[in-house]
Amino acid sequence: MTARMDRKFADVASEGRPVLVTYFMGGDPDFETSLSIMKALPKAGSDVIELGMPFSDPMADGPAIQLAGQRSLKAGQTLATTLEIARRFREEDQRTPIVLMGYYNPIYIYGVDRFLTDALEAGIDGLIVVDLPPEMDDELCIPALQKGINFIRLATPTTDDRRLPKVLENTSGFVYYVSMNGITGSALPDPSLIAGAVERIKAHTKLPVCVGFGVKTAEHARAIGASADGVVVGTAIVNQIASSLTEEGKATDATVPGVEALVRGLSAGVRSARLAAAE
Amino acid sequence: MNEAPKLNSFRAGPDEDGRFGIFGGRFVAETLMPLILDLQAEWDKAKNDPAFKAELDNLGAHYIGRPSPLYFAERLTEELGGAKIYFKREELNHTGSHKINNCIGQILLAKRMGKTRIIAETGAGQHGVASATVAARFGLPCVVYMGATDVERQAPNVFRMKLLGAEVKPVTAGNGTLKDAMNEALRDWVTNVDNTYYLIGTAAGPHPYPEMVRDFQAVIGQEAKAQMLEAEGRLPDLVVAAVGGGSNAIGIFHSFLDDEGVKIVGVEAGGKGLDGDEHCASITAGSPGVLHGNRTYLLQDGDGQIKEGHSISAGLDYPGIGPEHSWLNDVGRVEYVPIMDHEALEAFQMLTRLEGIIPALEPSHALAEVIKRAPTMGKDEIILMNLSGRGDKDIFTVGKILGMGL
Repeated sequence: MTARMDRKFADVASEGRPVLVTYFMGGDPDFETSLSIMKALPKAGSDVIELGMPFSDPMADGPAIQLAGQRSLKAGQTLATTLEIARRFREEDQRTPIVLMGYYNPIYIYGVDRFLTDALEAGIDGLIVVDLPPEMDDELCIPALQKGINFIRLATPTTDDRRLPKVLENTSGFVYYVSMNGITGSALPDPSLIAGAVERIKAHTKLPVCVGFGVKTAEHARAIGASADGVVVGTAIVNQIASSLTEEGKATDATVPGVEALVRGLSAGVRSARLAAAE
Repeated sequence: MNEAPKLNSFRAGPDEDGRFGIFGGRFVAETLMPLILDLQAEWDKAKNDPAFKAELDNLGAHYIGRPSPLYFAERLTEELGGAKIYFKREELNHTGSHKINNCIGQILLAKRMGKTRIIAETGAGQHGVASATVAARFGLPCVVYMGATDVERQAPNVFRMKLLGAEVKPVTAGNGTLKDAMNEALRDWVTNVDNTYYLIGTAAGPHPYPEMVRDFQAVIGQEAKAQMLEAEGRLPDLVVAAVGGGSNAIGIFHSFLDDEGVKIVGVEAGGKGLDGDEHCASITAGSPGVLHGNRTYLLQDGDGQIKEGHSISAGLDYPGIGPEHSWLNDVGRVEYVPIMDHEALEAFQMLTRLEGIIPALEPSHALAEVIKRAPTMGKDEIILMNLSGRGDKDIFTVGKILGMGL
């Protein structure tokens, strides 16, 4: 549903702060724990949730998210059970937008029409599918928009002014600016460079611009949030989950509270971002 | 049911979006899109540039050793008692396989684009060696990603790459084979977009790679056709090649696609049999999906997760196949069949003893199919097989299986 996303961004903007977008891998380390993690996220201050769909060959992700996907698949996660996590979450929370993030093949095999129907029914608000550039819009982007599901596109430092209009053309919900060329979990680049990039994108669109890749701490979130409409944190959360697991990769009592504590800190970071910028 | 409209040509693809029917395309992260579009623009210019072609031909003749011979395998033909068997001797190329044809072409493109660093993925190590070779020849640093399992079973090629000055990075993710090496190379590329050229070794990946690699390898079929006309005064009845990603196969097939009388067969790795998971027969036992930038036949489960393949031959150990092969299968122009590990191993030994040629395990799969078909064909019929690589690299693998100490 596109309305829930737009409402959330408008509400948060009226609070005078950037949106905190948090990513975790569905089914990592198991279905029940990851459902508990999802339920904990809004309570800890996350505004928008990116729910990762595991894939065996995550070409654009670093080792942390790749391992999370492997743990999830090993525990028996499928696209159907990832949708089930969203459905169960929606029973308790009707306001937090959910964005499914992953790769195209599991969706293609599930069947695009069936997937969109089930996603809508599960309360999904948007999709980020890493390996579907605008040149491939007929595959999923256009059908998703027709059903009223946002299709959120990544823009990167290689997306120059010539290419930006094409990238933004069918984008909705928000624009996800990948702050560097590389894989998820790399080092954070200079915040001043990011501010320039956000401005460049905003010259082409009215959509909110969220920045991700490399945001690990509350301090990062604060620095990025000074210029961006939203801050995306993924690898740091996935690493937090990984560090709480047993040697066999099983959840412990520390798994969910660990994520809560991290996200609470990040949330404090984004809530002070504009104060910092005004100083 | 209506009959599908007859195609004017099987050689017209891909379309401008890189599609062969429903296969192919450009399924990559946004970071890579501008690079792929740049590459395509440069390739479009280069393929119509006489200077580019002249440089390619010159290096082909004096560095690779082209044209490679067409060889009549007299004793093998006699032994099998049927069709006349000819080999296109790509194993005699510099570096010992067809891979160098593509590497020379792509490194010339990399130079035109001003790239200063080469990365490549490799399975058996033949493409890694060919990439390291051209990188040395043109003075560019080269990083080769290779699955850790393959590093172990292809030790001689790892050493060759290192001698040539390349850095070999073992990949431990997944099963540590070719697909994982390709993932890692893609990760390197998105991280080093400014200076790096990704030299893909097979006719797969995002557009324009499948078309470009095919065009660099098509010299195999062009030469073979002319050589066959000279030797026999006519075209072969059957063309056979092994298919992993499919670059040697599309290279020899392409010139014959519109010749109606020529039957074409691609041989996939049947591993230990198609009943279990231990094979690499993407077309005969897989289904269409999206991986590594293109839609094509893949080995995958019901959730769209990619399976690890198995083959005695590291070069065929890839759970996908070039998109043009997927299309040629679906339109019915090429027949794809599996050959099991043990059949390839028997063919390997037969050729070694009858013709004094040690073939790589990859073309040994094609050879096993030839051994099956030749006796069923008439003595006036002709088979052309692509002998795509030499077997020196495989002697340790074969020695181990045969229980012969080295």
